[in-house]
Amino acid sequence: MSVLLSVEAVSKGFRGLLAVDRVSFAVPQGAIFAIIGPNGAGKTTLFNIIAGATAANGGTITFAGAPIGGLPPDAVCRRGIARTFQIVRPFPALSVEDNVTVGALLNRREVGAARAHAQDLLRRLDLFDKRHRLASTLTLPDRKRLEVARALATGPQLLLLDEVMAGLRPTETDRMVAILRTLNRETGLTILLIEHVMRAVMALASRVLVLDHGVAIAEGAPESVVRDPAVVQSYLGAEAV
Amino acid sequence: MPLSVYLNVAVGGVLTGLVYGLMALGLSVIFGVVRVVNFAHGEMMTVAMYIAIVTFAWFHLDPLILLVPIAAVLFVFGYALQASLINPFITRPEHSQFLLLVALAIIIANTLLIIFGPDARAVQTAYAYDSFQVGPVIVDAAKIYAGAAAIVVTVALFAFFRLTLLGKAIRACADNHTGALVVGLDVERLYALTFGLGAACVGAAGSMLVLITDATPMVGPGYTLLAFVIVITGGLGSMPGALLGGVLIGVTEAIAGLLFTPSAKSMFAFAILVLVLLFRPRGILGKRPA
Amino acid sequence: MIARLRAGPASRRAIPLAILLAAFVFAPFFVNDYLLTVLILILYFAYAGQAWNIMMGFAGQLSLGHALYVGLGSYVAATLFTHFGIGPWLGLLVAIPIAAACGAVIGYLAFRFGVAGVYFAILTIAFAEFARIGFDHLDYVNASSGLFLPVKQYAHNDLWLLRGDPTMFYYVILAATVFAFVLCRQLLHSRIGYFWLAIREDEPAARAAGINTFRYKMYAVMVSAAVTSFAGVFYAFFYNNLFPEQVFSISRSIEIILGPIIGGIGTLFGPILGAFVLTGLAETLNAVMGAFGLDLPGAKQVFYGVCLLLVVLALPDGVWPPLARRLGLSEGKQ
Repeated sequence: MSVLLSVEAVSKGFRGLLAVDRVSFAVPQGAIFAIIGPNGAGKTTLFNIIAGATAANGGTITFAGAPIGGLPPDAVCRRGIARTFQIVRPFPALSVEDNVTVGALLNRREVGAARAHAQDLLRRLDLFDKRHRLASTLTLPDRKRLEVARALATGPQLLLLDEVMAGLRPTETDRMVAILRTLNRETGLTILLIEHVMRAVMALASRVLVLDHGVAIAEGAPESVVRDPAVVQSYLGAEAV
Repeated sequence: MPLSVYLNVAVGGVLTGLVYGLMALGLSVIFGVVRVVNFAHGEMMTVAMYIAIVTFAWFHLDPLILLVPIAAVLFVFGYALQASLINPFITRPEHSQFLLLVALAIIIANTLLIIFGPDARAVQTAYAYDSFQVGPVIVDAAKIYAGAAAIVVTVALFAFFRLTLLGKAIRACADNHTGALVVGLDVERLYALTFGLGAACVGAAGSMLVLITDATPMVGPGYTLLAFVIVITGGLGSMPGALLGGVLIGVTEAIAGLLFTPSAKSMFAFAILVLVLLFRPRGILGKRPA
Repeated sequence: MIARLRAGPASRRAIPLAILLAAFVFAPFFVNDYLLTVLILILYFAYAGQAWNIMMGFAGQLSLGHALYVGLGSYVAATLFTHFGIGPWLGLLVAIPIAAACGAVIGYLAFRFGVAGVYFAILTIAFAEFARIGFDHLDYVNASSGLFLPVKQYAHNDLWLLRGDPTMFYYVILAATVFAFVLCRQLLHSRIGYFWLAIREDEPAARAAGINTFRYKMYAVMVSAAVTSFAGVFYAFFYNNLFPEQVFSISRSIEIILGPIIGGIGTLFGPILGAFVLTGLAETLNAVMGAFGLDLPGAKQVFYGVCLLLVVLALPDGVWPPLARRLGLSEGKQ
């Protein structure tokens, strides 16, 4: 498989504190790649760097063969990387359908065509029946799915998901896992996700990167990574080993 | 023109600017803590000026003595305003707050118009024509008193925020609204207190300004704009910044009035505002936004 | 209720809209000169409010300096007319790019340098004030002594030169208001409208969805400025005199934006309804105060201020949204 996204030696410091320290990894085309790690490990910072929301201090990011480091977030999205936010931010006063239509209009001129595409996506994400509700009236799980739908509507090659499972009940998590897996299988969408919910990571990811204090401490198949002593130590503390 | 003319005008500008700075300080304190732009700021200033003018006319009390009671009256006014009308608007969008304060401004200005009529009024103190001479510089006594009083009030307010528990609580509110709620501060009361303090600054500034210039009921918007310009130039939330901004604008206007025509002087103030907004949006002494 | 938002009201709104339009078209046959002037004023504010609403209601950029674009429109058209005899419609063709360019300069400076929110609003005031004082000293347009358009008795209405009786001006501003309404509706339901609303709602999220927010905010300022400039052209030819102190003053800017805020920001009917409510209120106060002999200077404005206060306290979203819900006419996409 060819590499879709390659991150090489990316660093980011905040006033002397290195949030991300020379992290490198490669996401193959069509993969579901997970980044895990304890709170404060630098996962979201890394995400923000890839998405263009934060500037890195060093390193290179290559997407589909072209460097994307330093591009603003909207340009990154137009290159084919869509993201969700850890703390969801749908457009509150717009209807569910209009939220997704905004995303779909990125690559469509016609509002009607964008709306039709938005409706397809809403069906996929079990939101079709709620499409006329205002986004602000949705529950958290619905809002998370709405963010995924809006991101998908921009027609990305790579989807960045920042803790979309957090706060979901187990059945809702399973549903989200199923949705993402179907998307990946049917459309070949590559997914890079940050996740705390290990149940979802184990079910979805083909490859896992572990961050701790901004440093990549392990990378591999999910089953092998969770048995890695360094990973266990970073999660549970030294005494657990 | 000889250099001494420029020097005289510049020193006059500095002193007037200190009074402007005190007025702007009120706006800065209110915005810094309550996060509401007081579009009725100039009208509150007008109220203070009229109180000074009327009490002077009736009792011949010097505006410098009146400074404290007028500041107190404006404090009560500001406190009541925040507690009753503005607190419910804290979470409303900016345009909603804007409408509320513009409505208040209209009511205040026109109430003054009904009571006092449209003509300009002024205070004639015994020292109105006195002046001091220091070397080549001749300065109006009234402006010296006004400028000095502005510094005193600012220092007092500065001490309040730095040294007292209440002042620290208010600064905590400004830094972190949620945090202040979590540790059990009565945020609404602190907001009311802050608005009161901001209004008190305006009260003090207004009672000094009558020594320098006259008042009509409709001067409010001009002072509101002036306060915006000063606060943004000096740096929102910075107390020395407000005074510095006031002095800078005061001098600029004074010199511009001398070199060009007095009516064009505020153009230079606005030019400074635009430049500051573009090249140093947080103002000269403003803190880096979080 | 919510479920029928999209399907129903579009067609249901068509009928009251047609009745409203018919009422406006035939109004001059039934009203006296005074009422006609009031209607012109209402439509003028409806038009200008609609134009301002593009920037604030759609794209979420608060401008408190829209008098700048009114003033530019009026001074450009009036100057071309008095100095060169160029008619208002050709003048408009010059005024539009000038207003849009000024909007672009302000937008560029603000958006490039990250000036947003309250700071942006104050920047817009600063430019309007700058223009006010500048024109006050610009001898080419008679500075503070004012620019006067020649008023002659015209035997017939000259639509091309906008010289004529109030009825002609009424139909001109009615047509402009209808045009602005249709334009805003089209914009709101097009790609650009969706992007504007996304920016208004959450700019970082809009950027994450691939929207070049800088570009679309620039479009909003420029379109709003361009549309507003016609209000200035109309103002100049209707009133025939221009003073920088009046056309560029901050109170003019405030007048323009009160209507949409009172009516309902971001809605298509809000600016129209707001203009009705505010102008109607002001004129009613005039009449009532006059009848009671209370024509004290300032008294009317105090009541006006109190009414504004009551509206903003009682109806946080403005008059139209709750009214529309009551009538089942909600505008689907808001």
